[in-house]
Amino acid sequence: METIWFCLLMFMLGTYVVLGGTDLGVGILHLCVARNETKRQQVIRSIRPVWKPNEVWLIAAGGTLFLAFPTALAVSFSGFYLALMLVLWLLVLRGLGLELRYQLPDVLWRQFWDVAVSASSLLLALCLGAALGNVVRGVPLDEHGVFFEPLWTNFRVGDQTGILDWYTMLVGLAAVVALANHGALWLNACVEGDVRDRANRLAARLGVALIALLIALHGASFVARPEFRDGLSARPWGVVFPVAAVGGVAAALVWRRRGKAWRAYFASCTALYAMLATATVSVYPDILPARVPTYALSIEMAAAPRSGLVDALYWWIPGIIIVGAYFTYIHTKLPKTIREDG
Amino acid sequence: MDAVTVHRLQFGFTAAFHYLFPQVTMGLALLIFILKTMARRGDEVANRAVRFWAKIFGVSFALGVVTGIPMEFQFGTNWARFSRAAGGVIGQTLAMEGVFAFFMEASFLYFLLYGEKRLGQRGHWVAATLVWLGSWLSGYFIVCTNAWMQHPVGFEMTEAGTARLTSLAALLTNPWAIVEYVHTMVGATITGSFVMAGIGALYLLRRQHETYAKRFLSVAVVVGFIASVMAAMPTGDWQAKMVVNHQPPTFAAMEAHFYTQDRAAMILIGQPNMQTLHIDNPIAIPGLLSFLTYQHWNAEVKGLTEFPREEWPENVPLLYYCYHIMVGLGTFFIAIMALAVWLLWRRVLATSRWMLWILMLALPFPFIANTAGWMTAEVGRQPWVIHGIMRTAVASSENVSSGNVGFTLLGFMGLYALLALVYFALMIRIIGQGPEK
Repeated sequence: METIWFCLLMFMLGTYVVLGGTDLGVGILHLCVARNETKRQQVIRSIRPVWKPNEVWLIAAGGTLFLAFPTALAVSFSGFYLALMLVLWLLVLRGLGLELRYQLPDVLWRQFWDVAVSASSLLLALCLGAALGNVVRGVPLDEHGVFFEPLWTNFRVGDQTGILDWYTMLVGLAAVVALANHGALWLNACVEGDVRDRANRLAARLGVALIALLIALHGASFVARPEFRDGLSARPWGVVFPVAAVGGVAAALVWRRRGKAWRAYFASCTALYAMLATATVSVYPDILPARVPTYALSIEMAAAPRSGLVDALYWWIPGIIIVGAYFTYIHTKLPKTIREDG
Repeated sequence: MDAVTVHRLQFGFTAAFHYLFPQVTMGLALLIFILKTMARRGDEVANRAVRFWAKIFGVSFALGVVTGIPMEFQFGTNWARFSRAAGGVIGQTLAMEGVFAFFMEASFLYFLLYGEKRLGQRGHWVAATLVWLGSWLSGYFIVCTNAWMQHPVGFEMTEAGTARLTSLAALLTNPWAIVEYVHTMVGATITGSFVMAGIGALYLLRRQHETYAKRFLSVAVVVGFIASVMAAMPTGDWQAKMVVNHQPPTFAAMEAHFYTQDRAAMILIGQPNMQTLHIDNPIAIPGLLSFLTYQHWNAEVKGLTEFPREEWPENVPLLYYCYHIMVGLGTFFIAIMALAVWLLWRRVLATSRWMLWILMLALPFPFIANTAGWMTAEVGRQPWVIHGIMRTAVASSENVSSGNVGFTLLGFMGLYALLALVYFALMIRIIGQGPEK
């Protein structure tokens, strides 16, 4: 039952990375691909109707973490206190920017929010990547099962780690590049004109950079957390996920060059799911690995009592089916291509 | 200051600021649904009113969402020990809120705001309905979570000190939740109605957009009157009886009723003196407290001194003032709306300038009443975070130091001050443009 909920949780997070990640990626590229007001409007229009429901996947994943693994929520949220607060403030700025930039037709007002959206999207991708990096690397849990990480210590992967060290910053950077690439592929698929051309050119470079980063990251993970080797030998099939991640990015590169823009975007979606699955398999059966392995928090220790987990499946499954229906409806009602003059 | 105090300050500040927005949006969601339903019969004034209120709704909703996300995260960041103990139960309602309510609201809000042409009239009405239902459903799950902390049901404590859910049905039909929910939603409806009536009155006083302003007023004062009455009878009465039965020391403290008495008086105004345990300068109605509590003028009402000191709410004067401010303002709301409805029925509301002035100036007060009401609930529950089960003092994240919370509290204050300024600027602009644009 714990494993089922761990998979469902990761599915929700993965869906956030794929859908919300598109909006973050578009936000990151916003200032580079659109140089005047019409084009900026065009870029924002491509995500404006969907960014809110997309972001709800993150909120709902938080709720699901609370439901299924309250101890993991308690330990990790308080341990990553400062980083999470930073994430909250960035979410505030970004959400406001997307909604409020249209409220005043003033040049400075719009410039301010454009920069706010771009900067907060970039930092959010970095923070979320770094958070994932922290989980994979392991956190300094003590014998009482709690920890508190400062934002940084000495940037080394030692015993007293900070939230930012060379490894988590590498993961953060990979997340930024992966989402920027994802956003570029989205723009390439659904907008027209000059913005599309710029996104197309950017995606070529970002895709290659991402493949290089992913390969470097997989190597680095063995250095940052030697226990990986044991995990890999226990579950050799887990190797399909990193391979699928790299393969997905490569397929996106090929399809985009051949002009199959939507196929390229979906390949990138698969790659993002696979990246998160790589991380999931690498920590399982822990939900929060520790620097000192004996203090690790396993999914069984972190889980809520089983009766509640069983009950929750009865409403969670129909609930998510309804959500699927909403998303299908939204996407049938929205235009497929975003024109410059829309 | 010790860390728990700073955690409480941050949670209290962010929650109070956040709730300024949902009370507007939940109230307006109902009013917009009513206007959109009128518009379905080809009423173009109502339809333009919907477009105007959707603009105000949209900005308020955005503020509500961005200030709401920190609330959900703070359970884990600031109240880790509480989350660990209670997650098995309240994780259910919070996750349900995400899956059933947030997705519904977020998916259809864009269509309510910008999708009228694309969806057509019927589709736009459906969007208005779903946004209304979504926001009210979200309210239920949050109130249900709070109600479990006020009056925990459907669980048992395990040896590890965590709550194990024994009945999801009991959690969702907690009698406290049902009473608290109706009372809260009625409160939000009052805010929405006073906002709509206040802006209608403003336009009429300035002789602008008069057709629309009259429509705002007629819808808002009728809904506002019903809601104001319901806030007292029956929902306020039910809520008070819940507190009497399940949190008796809290009830005594709310009333600043220190000593057990027959024929207990209801204090209207007066200052609780915690040194002498008396009310200074009381203005009181003899017997009324006995009557309202037990429907009998001579009934005995237990005083606060009857209970051991460690069960008293920590801040009796604050609790007393919050409760009295809520009740006092609620009484004014009934009077104002009753008068307005009577003038509307006599068809002179739009020309009674004195009444329009009152309605316009009354606009901020429901926000104060709703905030005071929530503070009554939360301050009244102290010293417990889960009533009778877990004390607030042992609920915070023990690994997050007061210095770190102080840093983020100041950060929230700065950020929210900015949000408040932006919100006011945008509201003034939208109201200045009016419904005809």
